[in-house]
Amino acid sequence: MLIDAAFQGLSWNLAHDVRELFAFHFMVNALLAGTAVAVMGGAVGWFMVLRRQAFAGHTLAMIAFPGAAGATLAGLPIAFGYFGACAAGALALAGVSGRHSRESAATGTVQAFALGLGFLFVGLYHGLLNGLQALLFGTFLGIDDGQVRTIVAVVVVALAALAVGARPLLFASVDADVARAAGVPVRLLSFSFLLLLGLAVAATSQITGALLVFALLVTPAATAHRLTSRPLVGLGLSVAIALVVTWLGLALAFFSVYPVGFYVTSLAFAPYVVARSLRR
Amino acid sequence: MLTHEFMRNALLAGTFIGAACGFVGYFLVLRAQVFAGDALSHVAFTGALAAAALGVDVRIGLFAATIAVGIGMGGLGDRAHPDDVTIGTVFAWILGLGVLFLALFTTSGSATNGTAAVRVLFGSLFGLSRGDVALAVAVSAVALAALLGMSRPLLFASLDPRVAAARAVPVGLLGLGFLGIVGLVAAEATQAVGALLLLGLVAAPAAAAHELGRTPFAGLALSVALAVGSVWLGLVLAYEISQLPPSTAIVGVAAALYAVAAAYVRLSGQFGEMSGSSRKP
Repeated sequence: MLIDAAFQGLSWNLAHDVRELFAFHFMVNALLAGTAVAVMGGAVGWFMVLRRQAFAGHTLAMIAFPGAAGATLAGLPIAFGYFGACAAGALALAGVSGRHSRESAATGTVQAFALGLGFLFVGLYHGLLNGLQALLFGTFLGIDDGQVRTIVAVVVVALAALAVGARPLLFASVDADVARAAGVPVRLLSFSFLLLLGLAVAATSQITGALLVFALLVTPAATAHRLTSRPLVGLGLSVAIALVVTWLGLALAFFSVYPVGFYVTSLAFAPYVVARSLRR
Repeated sequence: MLTHEFMRNALLAGTFIGAACGFVGYFLVLRAQVFAGDALSHVAFTGALAAAALGVDVRIGLFAATIAVGIGMGGLGDRAHPDDVTIGTVFAWILGLGVLFLALFTTSGSATNGTAAVRVLFGSLFGLSRGDVALAVAVSAVALAALLGMSRPLLFASLDPRVAAARAVPVGLLGLGFLGIVGLVAAEATQAVGALLLLGLVAAPAAAAHELGRTPFAGLALSVALAVGSVWLGLVLAYEISQLPPSTAIVGVAAALYAVAAAYVRLSGQFGEMSGSSRKP
């Protein structure tokens, strides 16, 4: 009964279902934006997992929420709020980075403070609940052409930056001390990567919402790291998993009443469990 | 201010919750496990919404989810110390489940259900009933007693797990028990400051105490004092400024305390280096 209610409109004819998926403009937009975001999330996430910066990534994802809420309150475009807040968050995190245990505490403080601000902004802006849920949990229904263009542009810039910096970043991530001795600007790279992570998070959270960005960043990458330690293969695998998960998640959400965030996180988690049990 | 019952309730519950958060936070920072606390706060969200969707008391869902996941996370890692990526992957999925429960809950129930999710996420110290306060006091007291009982071996196991293991301290068991207690405190604090903001009450006072405190037990006491102080000051601020939600005020005060502590230590550290007396590393 639950399944029947969940999948209205899904027939056994797969070709027909796929055609129906592309019949609506909003769905095409969602798939385009989702594809762009998944490619970037998979690639940036792979480096994030390699650098053990999951907490920083999650904090940046949370910072997207006050950014968007603040922009709504100030009457600015929401995209502006997302990118501005995530850039500011990357700066703040770079400022507190240092010894490990203190760093995680400072990161947590930054995150909680940003969330507190977000709650205050939402309270001050009386538009309230529906908007709040969209900010936190995302929506793939209302992505317009302009948003798709912004997201694709951001993804192209981010991937280009990542491609340029990939080799030294890999070196600095794997062995910071040796890289520093070899003249690699480790601190600059570390800051640039946080900025890139902020960019990726800001673009992604416009679709998945602030609470679920993290799933797209960490889970495919963690699976790839479990399966292979070769950088290029791992990067490709991470991007591939992110893509498949996003497409399937969007398609399932289209045919059912349940939210896209649930499908994306669950579909991403399944291969991780398999990979973990294969390679203990 | 104290003539209002909601304010007395908030102060009483907030004091105990703050003390428990400060205590737990000190060890979380010491063990570099703040991210685990972050994860548990999100699990609290899923637990509460699952209970709401099933029509059970929200508090049952909260406690069951956070304690189970806390112990489960301990089981996933080496010596009950799982790494960030594992934690992140697991809680990203659990958060996705939370979204599903939210959808189930809001489609099946009445229109007031939307506010329940917000309440879980951002807390409602001003909306606590007498029963809530009694529960908060009892849970915090139990958590504090358990932590006090295990604080010496836990300190040993946190500072040097290998030597502690060699001295027959049950390092893994302690880590597991500790994460269980973190889950308990997270569930209780969710009622007060909300799932999204409890991290501030756990991380910020403890981080400030680690900056300032010289010995572990002085730091521990300082962490508890700062957390309770943040709650009091935050509540007073929120009472005076009606626009300001109590959760935001509390976390704001805690973050400000940490910023001041860090700045003070940096500055005095610079002067200290000039005069030749250096802080311990």
